[in-house]
Amino acid sequence: MSEKHEITRRQFTKAGLAVAAMPMFYTKGAWAAKDFANNPGNSSKITLGFNVPQTGAYADEGADELRAFKLAVKHLNGEGDGGLMNTMKPMNLKGNGVLGKKVTYVTGDTQTKSDAARASAKRMIEKDGVIMFSGGSSSGVAIAVQGLAQELGVLFMAGLTHSNDTTGKDKRRYGFRHFFNAKMSGSALGPVLKEEMGTNRKAYHLTADYTWGWTQEQSIQETTEGLGWSTTAKVRTPVGAGDFSQFITPILNSGADTLILNHYGKDMINSLTQAVQFGLRDKQVNGKNFEIIVPLYSRLMAQGAGKNLEGILGTANWDWQLQDEGSKAFVKSFGTEYGFPPSMAAQTCYVQTLLYANACENAGTFYPPEVIRELEGFKFDGMGNGATEYRAEDHQCFKDVLVVRGKSNPSSQYDLLDIVKEVPRADVEYDASIFGGELGPYEV
Amino acid sequence: MMKQLMNLLKKQSDLTTILMFAAGVLTMPIWLDPIGANYPDLLQKFVIFGIFAVGYNILFGLTGYLSFGHAVFLGVGSYAAVWSFKLLTMNVLPAILFATLISGLIAAAIGFVSMRRSGIYFSILTLAFAQMFYNLAYSVLIPITNGETGLQLRMHDPRIIDNYFSDPLPGLPSTDFFGMSMNGYSGFYFCAVVLILAFYIAMKIFRSPFGMKLKAIKSNQHRMRYTGSDTRPYLITAFIISGMFAGLAGALLAVTDPLAGAERMQWTASGEVILMTILGGVGTLYGPLLGVGIIKYLENIFSTINESVLQQFFSFLPQWGENIMVSVVSPFVGEGWHLTLGVLFMIIIIFLPGGLMEGFSRIQKRYRKAKIKDNQSDSTKE
Repeated sequence: MSEKHEITRRQFTKAGLAVAAMPMFYTKGAWAAKDFANNPGNSSKITLGFNVPQTGAYADEGADELRAFKLAVKHLNGEGDGGLMNTMKPMNLKGNGVLGKKVTYVTGDTQTKSDAARASAKRMIEKDGVIMFSGGSSSGVAIAVQGLAQELGVLFMAGLTHSNDTTGKDKRRYGFRHFFNAKMSGSALGPVLKEEMGTNRKAYHLTADYTWGWTQEQSIQETTEGLGWSTTAKVRTPVGAGDFSQFITPILNSGADTLILNHYGKDMINSLTQAVQFGLRDKQVNGKNFEIIVPLYSRLMAQGAGKNLEGILGTANWDWQLQDEGSKAFVKSFGTEYGFPPSMAAQTCYVQTLLYANACENAGTFYPPEVIRELEGFKFDGMGNGATEYRAEDHQCFKDVLVVRGKSNPSSQYDLLDIVKEVPRADVEYDASIFGGELGPYEV
Repeated sequence: MMKQLMNLLKKQSDLTTILMFAAGVLTMPIWLDPIGANYPDLLQKFVIFGIFAVGYNILFGLTGYLSFGHAVFLGVGSYAAVWSFKLLTMNVLPAILFATLISGLIAAAIGFVSMRRSGIYFSILTLAFAQMFYNLAYSVLIPITNGETGLQLRMHDPRIIDNYFSDPLPGLPSTDFFGMSMNGYSGFYFCAVVLILAFYIAMKIFRSPFGMKLKAIKSNQHRMRYTGSDTRPYLITAFIISGMFAGLAGALLAVTDPLAGAERMQWTASGEVILMTILGGVGTLYGPLLGVGIIKYLENIFSTINESVLQQFFSFLPQWGENIMVSVVSPFVGEGWHLTLGVLFMIIIIFLPGGLMEGFSRIQKRYRKAKIKDNQSDSTKE
């Protein structure tokens, strides 16, 4: 407690100077003698910030992310069974915190709103002195706080965010994403769609009206039109709408034979349930069975949607049923702690925390530009997705992507998805320059 | 000398009021430190929402017209300011002027229509306008607002004025006031000075003939009309002024953090400023600011208290006592801070309908009475 007060008083005296002379705090060129925002200095501990949605349409994902973060902190401090620290390679972590400093954390609620998320992140950075913050579940929020990370010079290790923009046109030097994106979902899904649904279909999009929905709609449209499908309509729906019936009725008479739901979280549960209730899946259009596709899928959503998800195709970043060493170790560790398997949101958040800690160990410092250089181009394995690389050009991780399908006869309440195909990394890779955007400078 | 000073304070001349107010605002980092509220973001929020509430009070406090859509102007101000950053310059001055102007124009339009009715009908009309703007921001106005993602700065924005004078630096530029950064504490002091100016204007309005007219409208509008004075222009002017205050607050939100999202215009944001005003005291000068302080403090500090903090706090108790206290208190902190706010709000409405300021004036009165009694008993003794 007393330590915190010391920091605030120091900040205050600095601010006093800042008013008189030019500001020197939280501003450009403030790294004299390699000082940086929230430098832990000689302190015996570091603080990480976990900024997740605890209320709103993505609250389930947020809760699971928080569990994963807490588990990662435990493992970093050498408590518990070590989880992925037993399988990650190459790895420099020693189980004594990071660079010998004990890891502590603070949490915040993004409310799935950019404003609230930035306020919460600012509190973490300015008051709690976090050296890195993470979290996600909405790309809108991720992009907003990633901008903040760049401004204030504190690293942001994105959690669940699937929009192309996060590492595309809105990429930042201080933001990193382990999760896959809409473009990769499209590339992975394409061949399976062709095989199962043919090359002559009419697609109808319902899209969550923000950056993630837009880019996913675009990527999936590119994929399906590449197969020879046509696009009947693209309808934007507000996030957290609750009732989607007004959007679903027009589909019945549109002549489309495939519905693509660019929704996530509780929105997807609601829209899919209503689509099924309206009898879409029992319909025959143009002599074909009406099909529904949910390009981004998670087990948490499958739990909410229940039987409605049977047989529906989508993609996932990771699934707890994968049989590699890393996945098994993580599922075991998470299961022992909480009594149920982790979601893909939990996995990506856990991995991100470890990757950051490892990069600090490799760099031998918490100085952000050095840590960033360690992460850029970092190649690793044993974290659940096979060989993975953090591409230096856009801070996007490249790894295998899963195409999944809702199971028809689940054996337990968690066994809800069948893995249809593990699409190798080479098939989902793309040129980093296609989305534009600039990372910006190392030193801010 | 001392007596003179006391007399001066009692008179509460405009100058002393504003000097005391300025001293109070500028020393916030010192006296808010013990309660953990001394960090730039929260300090900025205190003063910015202070401006919002002070402006709202000009309408609601003076005329009694309960606008349920004031957050619109906050949102419009933010969007206007960010557009100024994108198109013209990162200097905050044009952004603030532009934002205040635009929100004033929109206030004139909304006020012109809504002010045809009073009471609940006026409230509903403003609410309808607010909801309309909120939904427009998420649908047809997306090219201007960027929808759910929020309007943000980009590396390659035109920024005509800045780029005319110098080549852009690498990275996103940050907002400044002729070289003074708007991040951190310097941002707070900038907003604090704006708040002091805004407060001064509000005070002048409160104590002017115009303010008197507005108060007369509040006490009996029909009588005002019978005496032959047209109330409508006064009402619309009050609405526009308070809309411009809100626009100014919205601009400052964008100044300290160049991002604008439509959630700022949601009806809950409009409701929040009503809560703030009522909590502190409707129609009083300081009341709304008190309300802002309480609500923003609860939102930012109370909401982060979790069980482990509580356990530390109650650790002086025996284990069972600690557990009981933690389980009793925990619903009211963390995510449950709204519950605390609700209880507080109810208590104040029931026992102090005039808000916290009424509480203070009651205490003051009691103190005075006691003093008079003392004096009397003193005189009888002699």
